[in-house]
Formats: sequence, C-alpha cells, structure tokens
Amino acid sequence: MPISPNQADLPRYLLVEQEKIEAIGRRYGLDFFPVVFQMLSYDQMNEIAAYGGFPNRYPHWRFGMEYERLSKSYEYGLSKIYEMVINNNPSYAYLLEGNSLTDQKLVMCHVLGHVDFFKNNFSFRSTDLDAGEPITDPVRKRGGDYDPNRRWIDKMANHGSAVRRIVDRYGIARVEQFVDTCLSLENLVDPWSRFVRRRREEIVEEEPTAVEVPRLRSKDYMEEFINPEEYIEEQKKKIEEAREKKKGRHPSSREQDVLLFLIENAPLERWERALLSIVRDEAYYFAPQMETKIMNEGWASYWHSKMMTNDVCDWTEIVDYAENNAGVMVTSGGRLNPYKLGVQLYRSIEDRWNRGQFGPEWEDCNDLDQKRHWDLRLGLGQQKIFEVRALYNDVTFIDEFLTEDFALEHQLFSFGWSNRNERFEIDSREFKNVKERLLSQLTNFGNPFIYVEDANFENRGELLLVHDHRGVDLRNDYANETLAALVRIWHRPVNLVTLSDGKKNLLRFDGKEHSSRADAP
Amino acid sequence: MSLKIDQDHSRFRAIVRGKIRQNLRRYISQGELIGRKGKELVSIPIPQIDIPRFIYGDKQRGGVGQGKGDVGDPVGGQEQDGDDGQGQAGQDAGDHVVEVDVTLDELADILGEELELPAIENKGKNRIVSAKDRYTGIRRVGPDSLKHFKRTYKEALRRAVASGIYDPKDPIIVPQHEDRRFRSWKEDVEPVANAVIIYMMDVSGSMGDEQKEIVRIESFWIDTWLRRQYQGLESRYIIHDAVAREVDRDTFFRTRESGGTMISSAYKLCGQLIDQHYPSSEWNIYPFHFSDGDNWSMDDTLSCIELLKTDILTRVNMFAYGQVESPYGSGQFVKDLREHFTEDERVITSEIRDRDAIVGSIKEFLGKGK
Repeated sequence: MPISPNQADLPRYLLVEQEKIEAIGRRYGLDFFPVVFQMLSYDQMNEIAAYGGFPNRYPHWRFGMEYERLSKSYEYGLSKIYEMVINNNPSYAYLLEGNSLTDQKLVMCHVLGHVDFFKNNFSFRSTDLDAGEPITDPVRKRGGDYDPNRRWIDKMANHGSAVRRIVDRYGIARVEQFVDTCLSLENLVDPWSRFVRRRREEIVEEEPTAVEVPRLRSKDYMEEFINPEEYIEEQKKKIEEAREKKKGRHPSSREQDVLLFLIENAPLERWERALLSIVRDEAYYFAPQMETKIMNEGWASYWHSKMMTNDVCDWTEIVDYAENNAGVMVTSGGRLNPYKLGVQLYRSIEDRWNRGQFGPEWEDCNDLDQKRHWDLRLGLGQQKIFEVRALYNDVTFIDEFLTEDFALEHQLFSFGWSNRNERFEIDSREFKNVKERLLSQLTNFGNPFIYVEDANFENRGELLLVHDHRGVDLRNDYANETLAALVRIWHRPVNLVTLSDGKKNLLRFDGKEHSSRADAP
Repeated sequence: MSLKIDQDHSRFRAIVRGKIRQNLRRYISQGELIGRKGKELVSIPIPQIDIPRFIYGDKQRGGVGQGKGDVGDPVGGQEQDGDDGQGQAGQDAGDHVVEVDVTLDELADILGEELELPAIENKGKNRIVSAKDRYTGIRRVGPDSLKHFKRTYKEALRRAVASGIYDPKDPIIVPQHEDRRFRSWKEDVEPVANAVIIYMMDVSGSMGDEQKEIVRIESFWIDTWLRRQYQGLESRYIIHDAVAREVDRDTFFRTRESGGTMISSAYKLCGQLIDQHYPSSEWNIYPFHFSDGDNWSMDDTLSCIELLKTDILTRVNMFAYGQVESPYGSGQFVKDLREHFTEDERVITSEIRDRDAIVGSIKEFLGKGK
C-alpha cells in the first residue's frame, strides 16, 4: 500500500474544507508546516498506527502486536483512531474513511493545532535533521523563514530498508532478537543532550597540572588562621586521591545517554551497532512527543474547539461536534486525560492573562474577594498562550501554570497503592502532593535516571551503572532482565547500583547468574 | 489486500503460540474454553508481551487523577487509550491483556505437538473412496452445454490470423467446426474417512459435579483432537445408571441421576448404535466410557467384558475407558478391565485423579495413534 505524497487521493470536497480551515487557522495566528492529508481505510489506519504513524518501519513483532490490539479494539467497537499526524515537514495526517464530514473537519482542525505545535515548540527543534549539534538556542525567533529538514518519513523508511538488508544477511530471528535487546535499553537516553554541550573538549596535557587548593581570601596577617597549612595539606591530599581514583576512569563523568555510550564503546559487530543506532535515533525522535504530551494535545484540542465552534460548524453540525468533543475530553475512572488537562490549562492561562491575574501584585494579594473580581482588562491571553506553546514542555508547563486554584477547581487528586485494600486509592487532595506527584511522573518521561558510571568496574572490564534514586524503587524482575540485555551488548558482567526498600543494593548479572549484594561502592 | 504489517503480525502470533504452549496445561484444566465451543474460535487472553526496561515498580508509584471522590476511595479504570500510541503522561502501567483468537484447529495442533500425539492411523482410508468430477481440461469434442467460448474464440482468431482473412478494420471472427473447444473433466478420487465418537458416561449417584466437569473438559479436548483428524466427525452420547439411553450433548453433561450402575447397559446400547448406524467397514469408531469405576455387581462386570470382546472391540479403532476418582466409588472396574485386556492394545484405560491429570490422561488415550 504505497503512501504517496500527492494529495490527489483526498476527495475534492475535503480539499476544499482543508483550504478553508487552513485559512481560518492562519487568521488566528497558527503557523504550521504544509499538511498532507490522506484518507485511509480502517485496516490501513490500524497498520500505520501500529507502526507509530509511519507507513514504513523496520520489521518487528511488536508492531504486529500493536496491530492486533488496535484491530481488536476497533472490531469490538472499543475504540477507534480518529486522527494521526506525523511530525514531519511537510506533516502527514490521516483521515479515517467513512467518518462523517463533521468528524473530518474536527480532525483537520485538531491536526492544524498539532502541526503548529510541531513547528513552534522548542523541544521539537531536536528533530530537525539539518540542525547540526547541539542546538544551544532552541527558541526560534518568530517570523522569518523556518523550513527545517524533518523528512522523518524518509529516514524511518531508510531505517526500514537498512534493517531489511541486515535481515537478509543474518536472518530475521537473530536480528529481531538483537532488536529486542536494544529496545530493552530504549529509554536510557538523555533527552536534553540535543540542547546542551554535555562533553567538554578536554585539554589533553602530558601531565596534569599541579594540585592547587583554592584559598579563601584573607589579609596577610590572617592567612594562617583562615587558610591553615594543615587544612590546605589535607585538602590537597583529598584532591590528589580523587584524581588518582579517577585516573584512567572511563567515562570521565557519568553519562546519561547509555545508548550512545554503548554504541561508542561496546564490542559490537557492525550490524549490531547499526541497529542500536537506529533504535537510539528513533527514541530521540519520539522524545519531544513524550515530553509535551499534555501541552500538545491540549493545544490541538484548544484550537479544534475554538475553530469548530466559532467558524467551521453550522447549526446542523454543532451537536455532532459537541458529542464527539465530549468523547475526547471524557475523564474515565478518575484517570487524568491529557487532552482535557491540557486544554483546561491553556484556557486558565488565557483567562488569567486577559484579566491580569499574574505578577507580584496578584501573588501578594490575600483578599479573596478582590481576587475574585480581579480584572485589569489587559487582553494578553492570546499572546501568552502562543508564547507558552513555544517555550514550555509538560514539566515546566505544569510547574508554572498549575495553580492551587486550578487544582481545586478541576478536582485533581493523587492516588497510590493501598496495601491494605490491595487497590489504587485516592490518597490526597492536597495541592502540594498532587503537584509533586504529577511533576515527578513527568520528569524524565517517568523513566528512572540511569547513568553509566564506570566501564572498567573493579578493574575487570565490567560495566557499572548507577540509578539516581528519587523515591521510587525499580521494578526488580524487569531490572534483572534489562541487565541481561546489557550483558548481551557489553559482553562482560554488568552491575547496577540502586536502592531497594531504602537500602543500597548492587544488582549484578554475569551472563549466567543474577546476584545482588548490599555492600555497593 | 495484504498489508505490510502481516509479517510482523504473524511473527507475533508465532511468539504467542509459544506462550500458549507453555500455558497449555493451565488452559486445559481450567476448561474455560468450552463455553465458546459453538464458535470456530476460542479466545485466549494472553498478557501483552512486554519488553523489559528499567522502570519504576508500580506499587510505590501511584499517580494523579481527576474527578470526585474522597481520600480512601478506589480509583477505577485501568488503561485509557490515547489516540496515537505514543507516551502517556500521568498514568501507571496497567496490565495489558490481549485476547488472541485461536482457531480450534490451531489449538488442536498445538495440543498435538505439545503432547506429542501421533497422527491417527486411518482405518477406512484405503477402502472407501469417493469420486469427484473437476472440470479442469479442454478437449475438441463434447456437448454444446460444455462449450468453452473463450477458447473457441481464441482458436478461431488464431486461424483467421494465420490464414490472412483477419481484417483489423472489420474484426469479425466466425468460429468454424474445428475451432470448437469443450471443457473436459477429470475424476478426482478422494479417500474418505468417517469417524464417530461414542461417549458413555456413568451418571449414577456417585458421580458428582466435579467428576462430570472433568469428563466434560476431557471429552472436549478429545473431541477437538479427533475433529482435527477427521472432517465431519460425529458424536453420540450415552448416559447410564442401571439403564442406558442416548441423549444430546447438553443433557449428557448436565444430567444427574441417582441409582445403581449397570455398565453393561451402556455397552449394549453402544453395540446397537454401531449396528444401526456405523458399519465398521466405513467408520472409524471411538467409544469413550467414563465412570467412577463402581459397578453394580461382578456379574455385570463380566458381562461387560464379554460384550467388549465379542461385540465392540471387533469393530472399533480403540476402546477407551477413563475412570474419574470419586469419594464414593470403589474404583474396581478399571482393575477388572486391565486384568482381562492386558494383552489387548485396543483397550486403553486411564485413571483421572483430578483436573491436573486431564492432560496426562488425554495423552494416554490418544498417544497410540489408533
């Protein structure tokens, strides 16, 4: 089923709608890449959705699994995929054949929101293929021509054919097994590495400079009291020891991009290295979508509802639209719906900036009545939300704009596992707890922080990883399996320092046996 | 239309097949599949195959939700589907379960491979054949009703072109006698195998619900396997206490009578069924008898053995006797059978202690490939 970039296969009446909707979007100030809509039947839709939106991916069974899940839930009427849009320039979006015209228009509006977000939100700059590394000024100035190379459709397809070539040579079983191994490590990336210089060029000298202990400033006569000679000696020794310890240490500082470290340092065959690189590239491609899920869906929902209700729908369509929109915005079983949370936050920001409810005067005001009627008629709402959609990601978005009033108004709560009742229960409605829980969940996409600490652990060529424990233990069986995957790549025993039930714990897999001991370094 | 995903999908299915195989015993002893037997497919829930990663343990994690409810209220719902399959914020990983539909044939194959069941030696195979006509060929003579217009036209066209009378401006082709072509048939000879299972069950007072459940599960699997081997398998059901009668499938598993047990009554009826409907030259016949092994009297047991020897065994592929352990039964019957038929390969006996023993028992019954 070839997906061609020409728009001819979209029926004429939809092309007309697209033109209208894009004109409306531009009028509101949306700034998007060209969008190519395509009409798909439901099984094509399921197929492409299973491949994460791309018509061509490398072969792997998990796509088949996803396909089965999607087609099952479609066939049983549990869910259907309304829209799908790919962060690509031009952006590709898919419409489901057989949807009503109102639905198609809704999807088009929603998609425009996403594409505007892809183009303008800073975190997506890391998916520019022509950006060069690293991007230290991700915030694009408004205006000007911005037409980056984001031909990810091609890149993914190239990955696909590269993997197929490898498969032809080494057989699907072997390749797929290795891809499984790589996927186990897929989340061990450093999402910010595209925006900062992580590795400083180290000036390699023949001999390290003599140890210089920094002294506190003092007047001459105070010198021996403020910087006593014994203390300086002691410090000097310490620094030297630390230096000695670090000598020959690799990596010289801990490394969060475990995948990159392995690609550069693990004893892999060429094809294995190629596969690992592909998995890493794709993980980085999807990272911005994960770190802006709430913002992105919220933005798209904000715009579809605005455009549909103000401009697009006529009176025959509005009820259908409302029903559909309600389906998207529904909160089921008390679970957070990113669409809903996002759109509510944008609306709250718009309202606050329209009425001037920000800044020190607002923060310092303790008079509830005055606050309730606070309206400076600034009308800055629109401007503010456009700014927010460019400069924030989910973590900073929630951190800055999810206020106590908002949490109260929208009935947010935090929940946890109850050992006594063996179920998840609401454990708090305190603003502080709710926000903390939400932020910690979003931090690092809800993945634990794992670093490469030492590639020559205990001088035996073993790999040492460190888990930066932030209150939640790792899932043990999965951790052991993942260590096994690491051994398949590192070809030597792999160790992981973590905390279990508050105690330091060194997990180790040597290729045959799993072990754990408490006397971790 | 074939999709690209099909290959990935079929490899996923292969992995699932491996998973089903590992858990086969569990599925069998649960017997949960039988309720769906009316359909061609059985649904087997399998856990979605997760790729292990460094992730947080679930229970310490919790999350944030939205809606009404007081502290201490349960949070409902598990998984909520996004629309693009990418990362989901603010949710913990629920247990994904995929229901995989497996056809009964596929399941039977897996069962066969797992239990190393041999394909069954087909008794009727070489003797009974049916002829089927297939129109696959072409010939020059035949009745008008079998005339092959396209081929006839082609021949006429070929002749016209070859003889130079074909005019592209006026392309009229007139078929002549020798252009005519007719369909011809070939006779395909297919061996036919017919098979019938005759289930007999003791429903006397000592057979409790648990015992019947075991019989139900076991006969389902036997049925599934034999169906895989024979197309158009027939099943007949006989229940007996002191008297035997033929019933439909539903009644077979549900009835609970009380009273004495005369196994010979069932064997008599079984013999009659075979006489009337299933001539042994054309049919593969599989009588299965399940009981708790408690017969009325030794005399009756002796007449059973006599019936088996003279009437039944001569005509069937094998005779299977499954004895379900029950708290009331003496369990004597299986010993008697074994005593009298030690040398006879056609009689297969199996004792089924509990549900877990079902798998082993199926293997005992079907493992000889009779």
